[in-house]
Parts: sequence; structure tokens; C-alpha cells
Amino acid sequence: MNSKVKLSVSPHIHSGKSTAGIMRDVLISLLPATVAGTVIFGLRSLLVVAVCVAACVGFEALFNWIIKKDQTVGDLSAAVTGLLLALNLPANIPLWQCVVGSLFAIVVVKCLFGGIGCNPVNPAITARVFMLVAFGSMTVQAFPTVVDTVSSATPLSLGEGAELPSLLELFLGLNGGAIGETCVLALILGFVYLLVRKIITWHVPVAFIGTVFVCSFFMEGMSFVGALEMIFSGGLFIGAIFMATDYVTSPSTAAGKLIFGLGAGLLTFIIRYFGVYPEGVSFAILFMNILTPYIDSWTRHKVFGVGGKKA
Amino acid sequence: MAFSLHGVHVPHRKNTQDKPVARMDVPQTVTIPMVMHIGKAAQPVVKVGDTVKVGTKIAEADGMVSSPIHSSVSGKVIKIQDILLSNGAKAPAVVIESDGEMITDENIKAPTVDSKESLMEALKESGIVGLGGAGFPTHVKFNVDPARIEYLVINGAECEPYVTSDTVTMVSRGSDMACALRVLSKYLGIQNVIIGIESNKKAAIASMKQLSEEVKDACTMQVKVLPAVYPQGGEKVLIYHTTGKVVPVGKLPIDVGCIVVNCTTLAAIGAYLQTGMPLVEKCVTVDGGAVKNPQNVMAPIGVSMADLFAVCGGLTTEPAKLIYGGPMMGITVPDDSAPVIKNTNAILALTEKEAKLPKTTACIRCGACTNTCPFGLAPAAISKALENKDADLLTELSVNACMECGCCNFVCPANRPLVQNNKLAKVFLREEKAKEEAKA
Repeated sequence: MNSKVKLSVSPHIHSGKSTAGIMRDVLISLLPATVAGTVIFGLRSLLVVAVCVAACVGFEALFNWIIKKDQTVGDLSAAVTGLLLALNLPANIPLWQCVVGSLFAIVVVKCLFGGIGCNPVNPAITARVFMLVAFGSMTVQAFPTVVDTVSSATPLSLGEGAELPSLLELFLGLNGGAIGETCVLALILGFVYLLVRKIITWHVPVAFIGTVFVCSFFMEGMSFVGALEMIFSGGLFIGAIFMATDYVTSPSTAAGKLIFGLGAGLLTFIIRYFGVYPEGVSFAILFMNILTPYIDSWTRHKVFGVGGKKA
Repeated sequence: MAFSLHGVHVPHRKNTQDKPVARMDVPQTVTIPMVMHIGKAAQPVVKVGDTVKVGTKIAEADGMVSSPIHSSVSGKVIKIQDILLSNGAKAPAVVIESDGEMITDENIKAPTVDSKESLMEALKESGIVGLGGAGFPTHVKFNVDPARIEYLVINGAECEPYVTSDTVTMVSRGSDMACALRVLSKYLGIQNVIIGIESNKKAAIASMKQLSEEVKDACTMQVKVLPAVYPQGGEKVLIYHTTGKVVPVGKLPIDVGCIVVNCTTLAAIGAYLQTGMPLVEKCVTVDGGAVKNPQNVMAPIGVSMADLFAVCGGLTTEPAKLIYGGPMMGITVPDDSAPVIKNTNAILALTEKEAKLPKTTACIRCGACTNTCPFGLAPAAISKALENKDADLLTELSVNACMECGCCNFVCPANRPLVQNNKLAKVFLREEKAKEEAKA
């Protein structure tokens, strides 16, 4: 008997956690923002989402097939990249640009570096920045008209004297912007879901948004409302909650995450107030992505029983 | 103590903790390996054809760190042959054919203990080794300057899934433990005793509270109820959570004034001091989805896994894995002829479903491994450093601190072989060091 008994090194049981399970939770957490974006910007938003997700998954499958690698689209990470990219684009973007952006995110940023886990920077963020540079005004300024309202551009790019949306409108997302970035309420719902499911911790989003809030508070002449307007505008919440927390491109330890969030917050603030672009979240995350390996090596846990007391 | 160390919530599956301990029929043969402890193999003092009784010494300790071995049945030595141990090494084993009588050796009598020296001699003759799994000879562990012992920490955590043999020992053998505590405190001057038990073992906690009352005249025994988080029973984890002391990497518990003893080891000491019967049987948890009637069995040392499964109604399905010990740190064996040894606390027959592990995929740098490691190691970074054969980085990452509990592997969503790589990294560092020394 026992001919089929397997020999292996312990442990012999597993928690059942999986990459696909984590990615599924991220997709679920982005549902509120997707729904809100569709309500605010119309049904074309869904078309943009569908094209980006399909293109990202398709390009990854195709790439794996061409280089004869095990298929990885089942881990759902390409779908997450597609959804995140779509939510960072305006609803009226030409669909061919969505396809080019997806190609850049998946093939150039992710697959060419070795696939999931190996990309040095976040694919969706990098693709967004690429599209901003390559297609110019398409991504940032030509935001579509909000259904039933008149504002047409992200509040950050409105000039002096223009009428800003109210704080409540900003919180609900009734202003110009990318599909998934404007409705802060929906993004916070997703954040709570991710926290409850223990997919991410609070460190990066809180440090990131908190830093922007504090800096803006001083720049806006100690104005609480002014600081709130700054954090509710642009892509701060979607970036801080969903892009800056990408496992692959952000630090692993709590201390590292705080440094990452703080740095991204500072960079966002600097770009917003002193840079040539009205929005700095994407660039800030991209820069911090590049620093992540260093932050990781500076912020390793102290090992129990090494060099005196436990930290 | 500022923090609790991290760990994981494993499924407990303590199916057997409330069931009575089964006695088994006299086995036909027992196969007793000469290596059931850390240290040098014991030297057989019997030859083929000799008649032995229960408790007859069949092998003598060889050197300082070793332990004598006694027959667990009465009968005749029929073979002395090499067998394959669970760690892959070969060692001689004495095979005894039972006469079915279980006659006790007439020379067995309670030892006279009236000094530290006579206590150490008794502990050595008892054949008792660390029964929590390590198998370190008990007489060596206790043979320290009594002034160095600040705490005796009793390990009653039993954090591995399925395993309940320590728990049932705590519930049913309090009087043996009391006897041991009295003698140890008398001759080793042990004053402070702390037992750490996981909160999910209510009956054991009650029994140990009773024990602490009972031994009040001899020593102060504190019952510390700990969260049921694996690996609560890891030696250094337990010391930290009971005494707040940190054992530095590469040091022993005694270096911070602690001796850790497993609750079953303590009960075995008490039993020996009262009766003089050496360690010849062990309570073993027999469980796993393939076992018909999971339960604890009092097993003579040397009976085969197959015999124990038979006591438990046999196997209902072909097992996918046979394991000595728990599923987190246990060792798989190729067939059910493997014998129960002194420090076997469980044997498991896992079904295909229980033993199924997810496919290994790419690391997504989620950080679960480093955020779960009780000692704060960075397993993913260690794996990468090992891949690059970077001995300096491995040293910087303190891989030698790893206790190999397997939490990193358990939580890894990509099911990467992290703890396995830690083990390989330790071997790699040892080899590199040997190379350096050979050059110098």
C-alpha cells in the first residue's frame, strides 16, 4: 500500500490565500468607483472600461502565448491593471488610445520585465503618464462634461477666478475628471472593503492623503475647506488607495509604507503647486515606485534576538 | 513585554482532545531505532536471540549527549538492522518480537534521588528526551548550574493543528507533573515555574491551575493563558510570551535564565521518579482525514504507524501524505512501517484533499511573509539572496534566526517555498563558512 504517498518538506497545509483571490478583491473594491463613474459620466465609461480590461487581458495572454510561458491571466492582475487604467481615463477618450495605453501597461511595463511581481513601476500609472505625454491634452484637460452640470475640467486645472464645484460636489464626484477618480465617496467605500478584507493596510493611503492635506492646509492660508478641496480634487484618492498600494511596486513593511506615502504626498503637493502640470499624483507614485527597493532595504524589520532587544 | 510576536491562525482540527486515550493490544514486533534523540546514537547492549522484558535496557548512552534506550515489550531480539530514519539518515534499530505477555523487568524500581547528582543520574537512566519534538536528552538540559535557572517554562502550548497528546497529558497526568516539579525544585532550586497554554485548551488550563495549587509548597507556578496563534509553542516564542525574555540568535534559553520543558516530558520525569519505569511508551495523536477513528493512543515505542492506524479502525482511504508530527512542521515518511519513537507526538494520514497545496506562482511582493514572521525575518528577500548565492546578504538578513515554523509559506498567496529556502540558505551559509575556514 501507500504507493501514492507523497514526500515533501513542511508545511503540509496552506492558508488558501491566492494571488487570484487578492486580485478578485481589488476588482470588487473598484466596483463602487466604476458604478459612480458610469452614473456621472455616462455609459461610454463602461465602454472604456471594457476596452481597457479586454485589451490588458488579451495582450498578456498573447504575450505569454508568443513566448511560450505559462498562462497567467487567470491571476486576474491584468484585469486589475485594465480596470485601474480605465478609471484613470476620461470617458470620452478615443478607444484606440485605450488600446495603445493597455499595450504599454501590459507588454512594456509588465511582461517585458518578467510578468507579475517583476515590474519596477505600476503598469496602470505608467501607462497613464505615457498617455499624458504621448497624447498630450487628451488625458488631463479634455475631460468630458459632467452629466447635467457645466464644469468641464478637473478643478485643479481651472484658472484663477473660475467657479469651483462645492465641497459636497467634489466629495460625490460631480465634477470633471477621469471616470473613476472623482467620486471620493465610492473610493472610500472601496478602501474600507480592502481594509476589512486585509488586502492592504491603512499606512500608504493615510500617509499619502494626510501629507497632501497638511501641506495644502498651509498653502491655502490655514484653510480647512481649501485643504479638503485639494485632497478631494484630481486623482489623489484613487491613486493613494488603489495605485500606491500596489504590492509589487510599494514597500512591504509598515515603516516603509509610511515613508512611501509621505514621499508621494510631498511630491504630489510640490507638482500641484509648483509644477507645470495641474496634477501630480501619477508622477509622485511613479517616482516613489522607483525608490521602493531602497525604502524596502532601509526599513526591514528588526530580527528577534539579533542585536539586543526586539524593536 | 511590549509586543506579541506575529504568527498565523492555523485551522486547529483538535478532533481528538476530548476523547479517552486508547490502549493498544500488544504489538507483534517493535522496531526501536538507536537514534531517537539529538546527539550520538545509543550503542546496543543486546544481541540477536536475547530475551528482554518491558523496561530492560537494550542500548547504552554513548558519550555526553546521548540517551539510553529500553525495550517497550517483553520478548526476544530477532534482528538488529539499519533502518531509514525520517530525516533520511540510516541508523541501527533493534527489532524485538513480543511474547505477548508484557512482563516488566524485575530490576525496575523507583530511583533513589537525594541530591542533584543522583537526580541527573536518574534522568539519564530514564531515557527521557525532549518529548515536544526536539528530542534533546533531558539530563543534559537540566545539568546546569542551578544558580543560572531563573524560570522553568513548561511548554503546554501545543500549537500544531490536529496534535493533542500534550493536552490530554496535561489533563490526565497532573500528579506525575507535580511529582516532577517537587523534585526539580528541591534539587535544582527552581522557584519560578510558568506554564504557557493556548487559550483553546480549557480542560488543560483548569487541570494546570489545580496543579499550581498542589505544588504551592514547593514552587510558584504561574499558568499563563496565551492566544491560540501558531507558533505559540516555539521555544523562543514561548519564552518571550511567558517571561518577556529574548533569547539571542545562536544562544540557548539557559543564557537568559530559562529552561523550557515540554509538559509531557515533565510527566514522564514524574512517572520515572515514582516507578523507575523508563520511557518505553508515548501518547501519540493518530489523526488526519484518512483515519477512521482519530484518537490518542498510548503506544509502546517502536510500534509501526500501521499498527497505530489499525487501533484507530484503519484508514478509510489511501492517504496522500503520512506525517510524523503536525502539518506545519512535521516530516513525511514514505510508508506506514515507520516506527513511533520517543518524541513522536502525532502521526497523521492526510487525504488528497487535506494535503493539496496550491500551485507555486510568481512572488507579488505582498509582504505577507515578512509581516507574519514571528521573528521579523524577510523570507522573500532571503529567497532572492539565496538564488543569487549572496552569503553576505543572507547573513545581513539573519537567516540563521529562522526557527522554520513555516508561517511564511502558509500565508504566501503564491505558495512559494519560503521556509524551504530559509533551510537551504542556512545550509548554504554553513558550507560557505566551512569553505572560508578551509582556506584560512
